[in-house]
Amino acid sequence: MSALLSVSDAHIAYGKVEAVRSVSLEVGDNEIVTIIGANGAGKTTLLNAIMGILQLKGRVVFAGEDIVRLEIEDRVAAGLSLVPEHRELFATMSVEDNLQLGAFRIARAVAARSFERVYALFPRLKERRRQLAGTLSGGEQQMLAMGRALMGAPKLLMLDEPSLGLAPIIVADIFRTIGELRAAGVSVLLVEQNAQAALQIADRAYVMELGEFILDGSAKDIAANARVAASYLGFTHEGESAV
Amino acid sequence: MLFLVQDGITNGAIYALLGLALVLVFAVTRVILIPQGEFVTYGALTYASLSSGQMPGTARLAVAMGIVAFGLDLFAARKSLHLKLVGRAFAVNIVLPTAILALTAWLAGRHPPIAVCIALSLLIVASIGLFLYRIAFQPLAHTSVLVLLIASVGCHLALQGFGLVFFGAEGQRGPTIADTAFTLGPLRFTGQSIAVYGITVAFIIGLWLFFGLTLYGKALRATAVNRLGARLVGIRTTLSGQIAFLLASVIGAISGILIVPITTLYYDTGFLIGLKGFIAAIIGGLVSYPLTAVAALVVGTVEAFSSFYASNFKEVIVFTLILPVLVLRSLAAPAVEEEKD
Repeated sequence: MSALLSVSDAHIAYGKVEAVRSVSLEVGDNEIVTIIGANGAGKTTLLNAIMGILQLKGRVVFAGEDIVRLEIEDRVAAGLSLVPEHRELFATMSVEDNLQLGAFRIARAVAARSFERVYALFPRLKERRRQLAGTLSGGEQQMLAMGRALMGAPKLLMLDEPSLGLAPIIVADIFRTIGELRAAGVSVLLVEQNAQAALQIADRAYVMELGEFILDGSAKDIAANARVAASYLGFTHEGESAV
Repeated sequence: MLFLVQDGITNGAIYALLGLALVLVFAVTRVILIPQGEFVTYGALTYASLSSGQMPGTARLAVAMGIVAFGLDLFAARKSLHLKLVGRAFAVNIVLPTAILALTAWLAGRHPPIAVCIALSLLIVASIGLFLYRIAFQPLAHTSVLVLLIASVGCHLALQGFGLVFFGAEGQRGPTIADTAFTLGPLRFTGQSIAVYGITVAFIIGLWLFFGLTLYGKALRATAVNRLGARLVGIRTTLSGQIAFLLASVIGAISGILIVPITTLYYDTGFLIGLKGFIAAIIGGLVSYPLTAVAALVVGTVEAFSSFYASNFKEVIVFTLILPVLVLRSLAAPAVEEEKD
């Protein structure tokens, strides 16, 4: 049985500098997969290339179709969605407009249901729906970015550092919601520096170092791995609030 | 005195329309639309030609540009050609301008009513605007503002040259939209100036509703606010660019049709008119719609007064307005790094 997303032998370069080398990864249906690793390991680069923002050499098969040549917009239409590190919200537009535009590619009747689903997932957004996106708090902006991505009813949601710069109580909230997505039939590919939180909700994990995967396996095994515990889990225990 | 203000507001209303279109196009595509003036000229002279029973050359230009655009569409999609895509490109790029050309040729000798002339002129210029984006700017969409500006100047020169070929060096005037006139106190209002106010206000309200309420209007705003964000929700940059150019060309053509009964227009007059809209847009920082509209009224009023008191220096005075604005803006605003895609 083929995976929902399958990346094989991916190389990504900025000019002559290779940032990601020979990376292969799979995400199955209804699966939460996380990529953990230190700052600068190439996690964000990899996600951006899977989305089509950066050029990638290799194969990217999504839902049975090779998408490596497709534009970002066509990947969105195929059911792939990215919540980028910087969220890229429409700051001068209302929360509701942001969400409505998230459903730009899908029919109006389906969008109405998406609204209900997203508001149920993030009641806070419903309260603030008339407010401008730029005036929201960091946590609310992250919720809005995730809500906007979910409005398009994606098959796979890719999240880039959703906990970045947020207070611990809000991080817990966001991670709880990511866990709930599985019930809604959305697969998740999660990139996180907060390895501990990520490993708790994920099914499987990849560990990235200097542009390569050095380990992969079930989230439990990875969390129990001595090297991972020393390099990532220990670090996140002490420096959780550090960015 | 008051009649000068009145005159200034009439001109200013036109500049406001043009300035708004410039801000819109820049926000969405980062193109500084120098050929906006040619849309004015083409609209005005196509309308004037049609209403005097001549066949405007712009209809043929639209067909020629459509053929080039069709070729580009096929080339861009060469790796994934399927029938639906080719059919759509054929309908938009070939069938549409050919139908407009046929209609124009059929109507040209028959002195159609004014409303038909206006509608046809708008259709012709709108298709030229759409194809101009497809041919000149869509392939450059990822380049810097400077490259886009150079392309924009090139388009302006080319379109102006075509204007000379199509309409000759002599100026033309078109029939007024409404002949009525009435006097109110010291001021005399002609039907034409009322039409200018009415259509300007209607357009501004129309644009406001389009951007505030419709999904495509919001998509256009989203592209202007955050291009990457827009792409990530599946809004095509090219779609936004096409809508922006379509709106800009229709606004340009409307402005031309509104002024051609008041002043004689030559093949190159549009540039100067467009430039005044550009000044208003610059005063608005190329971002603010209300500031642009207000600045356009100021530009129009200054122009009216200076052409009355010092007509030799009319253009000098108007264009000098931009200097203090630029100085103030460069002092007030921190240096902005050019956005990367």
